[in-house]
Amino acid sequence: MADFLLELRCEEIPARMQAGARKELDKLFRREMEAAGVAVGNLTIFSTPRRLALIARDLPKETEAVREEAKGPPVGAPDQAVDGFCRKNGVTRESLEEREVKGRATWFAVIEKPGQAVADLLAAAIPAIISDFSWPKSMRWGDASISSESTRWVRPLSGIVALLDGEVVPCVTDGMASGRVTMGHRFHSDGGIPIDDADDYAPRLRDEYVIVDHEERANIIREGASNAAADAGLKLVEDEGLVIENAGLTEWPVPLLGRFDEAFLDVPPEVIQLTARVNQKYFVCEDADGELANAFICTANIASVDPTGVVDGNRKVLAARLADARFFWELDQKKTLAEHAKGLERITFHEKLGTVADKVDRVAKLASWLVFDAKEPNGDHQLTRTAAELSKADLVTEMVGEFPELQGLMGGYYAQKEGQPQEVADAVRDHYKPVGQGDDVPTAPTTVAVSLADKLDNLLSFFKIDILPTGSKDPFALRRAALGYIRLVQANGLKLSLDQVVHAWDSQPNQSLAEKLTEFLHDRLAVQLRDEGVRHDFIRASRDWSGSIDMRIDRVEARARALTRFLGSDDGTNLLAGYKRAANILKKEEWEAKEVSYSPEPAEKALIDAINAAAPKAAAAVNEERFEDAMAALATLRAPIDAFFDEVTVNDDNENKRAARLDLLARFTSAVGQVADFSRIEG
Amino acid sequence: MALDESGSRTRDPRTSFQDMILTLHDFWSANGCVILQPYDMRMGAGTFHTATTLRALGPEPWNAAFVQPCRRPTDGRYGENPNRLQHYYQYQVILKPSPGDIQELYLDSLKAIGIDPLKHDIRFVEDDWESPTLGAWGLGWEVWCDGMEVTQFTYFQQMGGFDCKPVAGELTYGLERLAMYIQGVDNVYELNFNGRGTSYGEVFLENEKQMSKWNFEVADTDGLFDLFAKAEAECRNALDNDVPIAAYEQAIEASHVFNLLQARGVISVQERASYMGRVRDLARSSCEKYAELMRPRWEAQYPDWSLV
Repeated sequence: MADFLLELRCEEIPARMQAGARKELDKLFRREMEAAGVAVGNLTIFSTPRRLALIARDLPKETEAVREEAKGPPVGAPDQAVDGFCRKNGVTRESLEEREVKGRATWFAVIEKPGQAVADLLAAAIPAIISDFSWPKSMRWGDASISSESTRWVRPLSGIVALLDGEVVPCVTDGMASGRVTMGHRFHSDGGIPIDDADDYAPRLRDEYVIVDHEERANIIREGASNAAADAGLKLVEDEGLVIENAGLTEWPVPLLGRFDEAFLDVPPEVIQLTARVNQKYFVCEDADGELANAFICTANIASVDPTGVVDGNRKVLAARLADARFFWELDQKKTLAEHAKGLERITFHEKLGTVADKVDRVAKLASWLVFDAKEPNGDHQLTRTAAELSKADLVTEMVGEFPELQGLMGGYYAQKEGQPQEVADAVRDHYKPVGQGDDVPTAPTTVAVSLADKLDNLLSFFKIDILPTGSKDPFALRRAALGYIRLVQANGLKLSLDQVVHAWDSQPNQSLAEKLTEFLHDRLAVQLRDEGVRHDFIRASRDWSGSIDMRIDRVEARARALTRFLGSDDGTNLLAGYKRAANILKKEEWEAKEVSYSPEPAEKALIDAINAAAPKAAAAVNEERFEDAMAALATLRAPIDAFFDEVTVNDDNENKRAARLDLLARFTSAVGQVADFSRIEG
Repeated sequence: MALDESGSRTRDPRTSFQDMILTLHDFWSANGCVILQPYDMRMGAGTFHTATTLRALGPEPWNAAFVQPCRRPTDGRYGENPNRLQHYYQYQVILKPSPGDIQELYLDSLKAIGIDPLKHDIRFVEDDWESPTLGAWGLGWEVWCDGMEVTQFTYFQQMGGFDCKPVAGELTYGLERLAMYIQGVDNVYELNFNGRGTSYGEVFLENEKQMSKWNFEVADTDGLFDLFAKAEAECRNALDNDVPIAAYEQAIEASHVFNLLQARGVISVQERASYMGRVRDLARSSCEKYAELMRPRWEAQYPDWSLV
């Protein structure tokens, strides 16, 4: 058994690509070894900004010899066929063996594949791995790049170390030969560093200020940053993304804490954190009260002889960035949000949908209608109108121009600063919510109204110009808008009818727009409820129940949930079976209503009585949207319908009896059908 | 100011802006570069210099270094911001094909101007470069020194829509920033320009004030629109007559005039994309024409080489 070390050294690999590169190296190495018939056990893969390394333990030194037989043409077949068979298998005619196959003499080739040295197989695999390696972006370089066919790598490749049990595995790619010499840290190490074998690799490089294990570097940063904060009496604001990124930017990470001018703390903490993180890759800290502190932690890549100088340099850069942020913060406040909002007239929302100012007008109108006319939610009319009108103003502020991810948040701060009521500031800040799965859902009426109006306007605007998501393509995030609408409705118990919404949004609506919207929302609702065991066909049964589509998704949901519980019960399953049977008979017999006089038998009488009792109860309950009660009323029909089918033959020879019984079944299905459309339910 | 044994002044890049530039000239001259003077036209970045763009095309080796004054009208702050200028200097180095030790050469140049990499944290942080205007892109880094971006480092992959064969390495040093760092100065106008106490402000402050005012408030916009149209027409004229270098100069001119119009705030959001498209057309057509014109010579000298 032998241990193999491969190191591919290159100029600085972007931090964000290193995790993917490790996976790619793992995949390609396994692919090559499998193709060569070499069993691969334990693989360890490391990355630093300047190298990718792989250690494969316990590789065999040779592959096993293989003896294969191939069946050829029958003895006596034309020469052409026999020669072809020999060529294909790389054997001579003389070496063919004759065997009996089902009483017929047949040629067989015996192919001996001797075991191969794994070192040779690795030597062939390395150039293949390099040439097949897939990077998110790759490039050409140097003299070889005079041809566009030259090797591509993420940045120029500078060296290959390949050692099997300490012996160099010789290979060449684009004029670069493998060897045992690597390089240490760019500044803390001089000249080439020879590596003895796989075991020697990590410790030898550690002596040269390179920690090859990315996990170890991440730990150093995590703990170092946390300790640096604690030493200053502060608490690190944890940021795992930054830990990984800094581990990808360093071979010898040294977290260092610095301070910035306290005066910058006037700027909102989110802005400071974003400036530090995005532009400089620094961590920030909190004080004992959980307030942002005037401290940052940078991760140097050297054990500097002058760490204070390094911190001071970084402090100056951060100060210049924060000065820019403060400049934006102050400049933006020289205008009111209403003044900023005028700038929205110059921004196109979508080429067919006018400007963002036009959008804001629509949102304000719809938000007003929600609180004033629909009273869903029941909020203050004026506050809602103001919040909606100001909701997008921050899009033209300098700060949001610099950090688009601060949209909403900055508007909230500016609204507060200019003395808008708290409800308005909150609504401006939170009206994009809920954004992701875990995001909290607004409940303050003003915020709810603006948020609903914003999402409805997105959906209706794009639907009106026939832009709907297709497959994985949803460039205007309409699915997210729909889910946001649903979650707002759920969290706030809203009873909004979508046809009224569409009327309020568009004075000349067409019916298909309301239907498109409803259909789309119901589909999203079905996706959302699927995880809770509510089946898609239950949603359909709850939606299409009286010959038209229910335009209130809250009601569809309540009905579907009640239906799910009911059909999960014994009564429910049996009633559904009875319903299906009745519906099938009616369909088969082409039943038409007919007046007949007839005295029912006991089982019929029992069913009639049960329907007479249950139908009005169910109807009343449905009217009052008590769907559990409606289902309970239906449950009383289960025993009578079962008894009816046991004791009565519908298709009686007596025409009167037959007609009366069909009529009774029709009454039964219609009583059941007023609660939900059971014909939509599958199975 | 440092004096040598004979009493004459020696160069000190750590206390003099111009000595820093001269040190870079010495360094890159010693490393085989042609030392050029700035291109005599207004442009937004050293990359526009023909020594960079046009020389990045074709198979011939090319190593050059030069200072290029850059004009960014919208960055003007009337001399009131310590970090922002509408006119500043870039130091450009172009090495084609990119040498295998280009990073080491670059780091040696930093040492030459007084940056000790065991004292200061030097980092290569991913930053890819793309110029739709020039039909060009490349991969590389921004180089950080204690968190400050001091150089843009790019391996050109395409120029004018053509693959770079071979690839050139481009280094762009932000000279004022670098000098501020080395001299330990927080305000650009306080930089020591000549090592004898003439400040950057004495040289450029009045220029910044007047040019900011002109860029933002004074420049005659009708005249600028007219200039743009004339540059565009002249570019076409030059292209039609197979003098792509002259055409390319007009593309540079159009690009700068467009930047001035932007600073004057007379180009709407909708028009902006259309103007950028027109500049892009000029620049790309010029590069294409240049490549087409040079192609027979290149192919004769390098039989294995092909343009596409």
